[in-house]
Amino acid sequence: MYIYDQRDHAMLAQRTAQFRGQVARRLNGALSEAEFRPLRLLNGLYLQLHAYMLRVAIPYGTLSARQMRGLAAVARSYDKGYGHFTTRQNIQFNWPKLDDVPRILEDLAGVEMHAIQTSGNSIRNVTADAYAGVAADEIEDPRIYAEIIRQWSTLHPEFTFLPRKFKIAVTGAPRDRAAVRVHDIGLQIRTNEAGEVGFAVIVGGGLGRTPIVGPLIREFLPKRDLLSYLEAILRVYNQLGRRDNMFKARIKILVQSVGKEQFTEMVEDEWRRIAGGTLDLEADEIARIAASFAPPPYDRLEPVDLAFEFKLAADPRFAQWCRTSLAAHRQPGYAIVDVSLKPADGVPGDVTAAQMEALADLAERFSSSEIRATHWQNLVLPHVRLSDVHAVWLALAALGLATPNIGLASDVIACPGLDYCNLANARSIPVAQAISRRFADIKRLHDIGDLRINISGCINACGHHHVGNIGLLGVDKKGEEYYQLTLGGSDDENAALGELVGPAFPYDEIVDAVETIVNTYMDRREPGEQFLATYRRVGLGPFKERLYGAHQG
Amino acid sequence: MALIKDNALRPDPWVFVADEAELPESDPAIVSFERWQRDRARLGVRNGPLGLRLRSDQPPEGIADDLAAFDLIALEFPKFTDGRAYSYARLLRERYGFEGELRAVGNVLRDQLFFMQRCGFDTFEVADDVDIGAWLEAFVEIDVIYQPADDDRRPFRTLRTDAAGPTAERR
Ligand code: SF4
Repeated sequence: MYIYDQRDHAMLAQRTAQFRGQVARRLNGALSEAEFRPLRLLNGLYLQLHAYMLRVAIPYGTLSARQMRGLAAVARSYDKGYGHFTTRQNIQFNWPKLDDVPRILEDLAGVEMHAIQTSGNSIRNVTADAYAGVAADEIEDPRIYAEIIRQWSTLHPEFTFLPRKFKIAVTGAPRDRAAVRVHDIGLQIRTNEAGEVGFAVIVGGGLGRTPIVGPLIREFLPKRDLLSYLEAILRVYNQLGRRDNMFKARIKILVQSVGKEQFTEMVEDEWRRIAGGTLDLEADEIARIAASFAPPPYDRLEPVDLAFEFKLAADPRFAQWCRTSLAAHRQPGYAIVDVSLKPADGVPGDVTAAQMEALADLAERFSSSEIRATHWQNLVLPHVRLSDVHAVWLALAALGLATPNIGLASDVIACPGLDYCNLANARSIPVAQAISRRFADIKRLHDIGDLRINISGCINACGHHHVGNIGLLGVDKKGEEYYQLTLGGSDDENAALGELVGPAFPYDEIVDAVETIVNTYMDRREPGEQFLATYRRVGLGPFKERLYGAHQG
Repeated sequence: MALIKDNALRPDPWVFVADEAELPESDPAIVSFERWQRDRARLGVRNGPLGLRLRSDQPPEGIADDLAAFDLIALEFPKFTDGRAYSYARLLRERYGFEGELRAVGNVLRDQLFFMQRCGFDTFEVADDVDIGAWLEAFVEIDVIYQPADDDRRPFRTLRTDAAGPTAERR
C-alpha cells in the first residue's frame, strides 16, 4: 500500500481546510451556487435528485482494512449506514449534509483518503487492474504508475479546468481488467523487443453518447517519459478540446475530428519540446513508489493445499462458489478471492457499514489487511492462503457476500438510474434486481456461464452498457421507461461496442427479453462456448429473430 | 477594476484601448490582438509601455516572435471554466520566455489564483471591492504541491529527493 508521508498528510489537511472555507462562504452567501459548483465538484460533491452525493476516491482500487473501517464510520455517522461502490473504483455516499462534508473529509484524511478530483472537469481518480500486484499474468504492478499519476495530477495547475472530465486507467497485464481501451487515456504496461518495460498508450476511448474504442497512439513509451507524455497529451487537449458543446468536449471527439495521425503528431511535437525536463521520472523515484507496493510477507506454501482440495470435493456449494470467486495468484498456495456485491435482489455495489467492518476484519485475519474494489462493482480479498479459503467463504456467506455469481448473468453492473440521478430516463437498479431474481438459480446461472450485463439509465452510459455482453440503455418513449438492447460488447483486450438489436422494450418486458437472449444463446452454443464467442460466431440474426419474430407475431 | 499584484490590492496603471479608439500619448496601453496585427508598425515605435490582450481562442503561438514588443500580456478567462489560458501562460513563460507582466483578466475568481500563479500569472484583475485578505490567502492555503509548473515552488518529488540527499537543482 502507498503510505502517506508527512507532506501528503499536510496537503490533505490544507485541502480540507480550504474546502471548509469554501463551504462556509457558500453557506453565508459569499459564493453563488454557480461559483461553488466547480469547487465542490473538485472535492467530489454532487447535487443529485434528492440530496448531495459525495464520491470518495479509492485510488487504483486498493484499500486497507483501516480505510474500509474509515468508510464504514462515514456511512454510519453521516449517511444512512451504507455506501455504494462504483464502476470507477470510487465509493459514493448518497445522503451527506453539506455542512457535514468538511468533517467527513477530515475523517477520511485521517485514513489517507480523499475526494479530490472525483468529479469536475479535471483528471479523475486513476484506476487500475483490481488484481494488481497479485495476478499471475502481470508484467509489473500498475499501481506504481497509477500512484505516480495520482500525485502528478493532484491539483495540477494547468489541467484543473479542462474542457471535460478526464479518466486514466492503467493495466499491468496482457489481459485487460482495467478497460483501458474505453478511457480518455489507457496505459498498458508492456515489454519491448529490447526487454524494457514501458507503456502502450491509448488515447480517446470512452463510452457516453459517442462510444469509441480508443486508438493506440504509441506502441511503446519508456517509463522515464510517462509524465511528460501525459502532460503533452493534456496540453494539446486543454487547448484544442471543444468548449462550446459539452457533448463534444471529451478528448475522444478531438482525436476523431483531427484524426488519429494528426492528433498523434501534435502530441509527439509537444512532447519533444518538454521531454527530458523536470517531469522526467527518475529510476529512484519509481523505486521509492514501487517499494510501497511491495508484496506482503507471504508464507512459503505448496501450490496445492490438501485440506482445501478435500473441502472442494466434499462440499459442492463451496466448490460452486470457488469456481466463480477464485482467481490465480502469483504466489504458490495463495488465491485471489472475489467478493460479490450482487446478491439476488440486492442493489449492485451497495455495502452496509456492518459488512464493511466485517470485511475489514476478514482482510486483517486472512488477506494481509488488504481489500480491492473492482470496476465491476465487486470487492476482492487479494492475498488469501488456500488453506483459509473455506473459512473466508463461511464468513462471507454469513455476511450475505458469497453469491457465487462473479462474471455471470446476475453480476449486473448498473448505474444509479432514475432512483437517484436527475439525468436518467429510466430506472436501472430495479431492473438489475429483477435480472438477479430471474437468474437466481445457481445451477442454471453456472450453466449459462460467463455473461456480462450492464445497465445505464440514460445515454451518459455510467453503467457502461456499450461494453456489456448484453447492454441495456434506458430511453424515454412518451414519458414511459423503455430499454434498448445491445449485444456483443466487451471491455477487455478485445474491446468491442455492442450492436443494437432492434426496437426498445418497455420496463415490464425487458427482463423477459434478456431471458430470451440468454435462451437463444443456450440453444445455439457449441459445447464449452461462452456467450460472447457464440454471439461473435452467429451474429445478431438469431437473437433478433427470437426477440422480434415472436413480438411481431 | 483593481489589480492584485505583489500581495496587495493596487490601482491599475494600464488602460485597455478599444480597437477604434485613439491611443494615449505615452501612458501604458493594452490593445487587442486584432489591433496589434493591423497597426503593428505604428504600435512598435510608439512611446510608452504596450500591452496585449489575448482572448482564450487566441493561442500565444501567434505572437511568439513579437514578445519583445510587449511589457504586459493579458490573458482572458471569458468564463472561469475556460481553462485554456492556463496552458497559454505556461507556454508564454516556459517556451517563449516572456518575462513581462502576465495578467489574468475576465472571470477571475479567488479560488483560481493558486492555479494561475503556478502557471506564471503575476497580476490579477479583480473587482475594486474584493475582500483582499481572504483573496490573498488563496495563494498560501496550500503549499504542498506535487508537480513542477512555472512558479518557484518546488514539487514534492524534488523535495523528497533532497531529503534523501543532495541532487542537482532542476528547474
Ligand atoms: S447513465 Fe444516466 S441515469 Fe445512469 S447515472 Fe449516468 S447520467 Fe444518471
